[in-house]
Amino acid sequence: MDVLNVEYMLGLVPVLLGYLPLTLQLAGVAMVMALILACVFAVVRVLGIPVLNQLTIVFISFFRGTPLLVQLFLFYYGLPQLFSVLTVIDGVTATIMGLTLHFSAYMAESIRAAIIGVDRSQTEAALSIGMTNSQLMRRIILPQATRVALPTLMNYFIDMIKATSLAFTLGVTELMGATQKEASGSFLYFEAFIVAAVMYWIVVEILSQLQKYLEIRLNKAYSR
Amino acid sequence: MIELKSLSKHFGKSVVLDGINLTIEKGEIIVIIGPSGTGKSTLLRCINFLEHPTAGEITVGDLTVDVNRASRADILSLRRRTAFVFQNYALFANKTALENVAERLVVVDKWPKEKAYQRAREILERIGLADKADAYPASMSGGQQQRVGIGRAMATGAEVILFDEPTSSLDPEWVEEVLGLMQQLASERQTMMVVTHEMSFARDVADRVIFIDGGRIVEQGPPSEIFSNPQDPRTQDFLKKILATNSVG
Repeated sequence: MDVLNVEYMLGLVPVLLGYLPLTLQLAGVAMVMALILACVFAVVRVLGIPVLNQLTIVFISFFRGTPLLVQLFLFYYGLPQLFSVLTVIDGVTATIMGLTLHFSAYMAESIRAAIIGVDRSQTEAALSIGMTNSQLMRRIILPQATRVALPTLMNYFIDMIKATSLAFTLGVTELMGATQKEASGSFLYFEAFIVAAVMYWIVVEILSQLQKYLEIRLNKAYSR
Repeated sequence: MIELKSLSKHFGKSVVLDGINLTIEKGEIIVIIGPSGTGKSTLLRCINFLEHPTAGEITVGDLTVDVNRASRADILSLRRRTAFVFQNYALFANKTALENVAERLVVVDKWPKEKAYQRAREILERIGLADKADAYPASMSGGQQQRVGIGRAMATGAEVILFDEPTSSLDPEWVEEVLGLMQQLASERQTMMVVTHEMSFARDVADRVIFIDGGRIVEQGPPSEIFSNPQDPRTQDFLKKILATNSVG
């Protein structure tokens, strides 16, 4: 076995760091959009709004039931074939679309469960003081559901950050794509990918710490 | 003034409220008694549409609603003219005592926050919980939580406060402080409808006691009459049973 080329690895760090922002951007934008979408889906499911409810069920079933990679290829290669205007969809957009829809399906279910978990009598109390349904959701239910759903949602975010690496199959040069290019230039595959792996790992570790901090803050109201 | 005309509620085939007719004057303290499962709570819950009544008419103040033609807006304004105190307090767990009391003023009445919190502080003062303003429900005793529940109802400025067995989930040690607060409200002539098994409260505080059985008003009158000289055999039977277990005697 050859010795690891540490010098090469150290030199690669600043190069790859340059691509980390795009990775975080893909995950960040997709996470925000997925959260909004998931909240809408969850509320539709909880309130059982006719038609929308059924559509949501089918949507969630499809995006949970098929691989993310297949979905990405559908958006990037498939849709432009059917609708020529959609050739404007580049790799970055397709990735964000795919991640958003895929993860919103998962997150909708955990938000729904968290909403149902909020004590029913608080709903009645809110209605009894004359709140509308949307005020009830915004001020009473969702803040409490957030606390319950937070650990799961953070898990999905972490998963999403790692899933951005699939974007390289659509020709996007994010962290994974850049690593791939560097490695095939130098033939030092192990060195290159271990550097990438550690970078993903550090980002996820930072998020885990953030999660702990948020959990403590959100639990403030519930400690005796 | 509150007026109920032929108010009915059916759950499937079972009739829980069977044409209730009732007029309540402003400032009147009504206590509703009766065996369990006879529609007392349902009656309160129908007045503000926590349960959708099956038939009848509800008047609160200058608003009259035919329950079968009630629009969303009707239901909302009916709820805004009434306030509800729940058996299990039902405080908003994500909000402090102060925020619980102020919530209605901020969200529904759109008061500026400063003014709403000022008013909420005055109410906490009145219910003796000024020092708990920043406490969350989870850190309060049952009695304190229920007092905040009453404070939240007071803040609404509603025409009537509906109390649904407000002391039934409380440990015995907290019952007195909650009844005391209700008595204080009664002495300020806040219109109240109270469903309770606390017969001493009914006797000391009520202007009128209503006995309900089988979804109907069986008998009503001033507490002195109902308790010492009940006319209907069902009232007599109920009172005999409950006074045997209640310390009132």
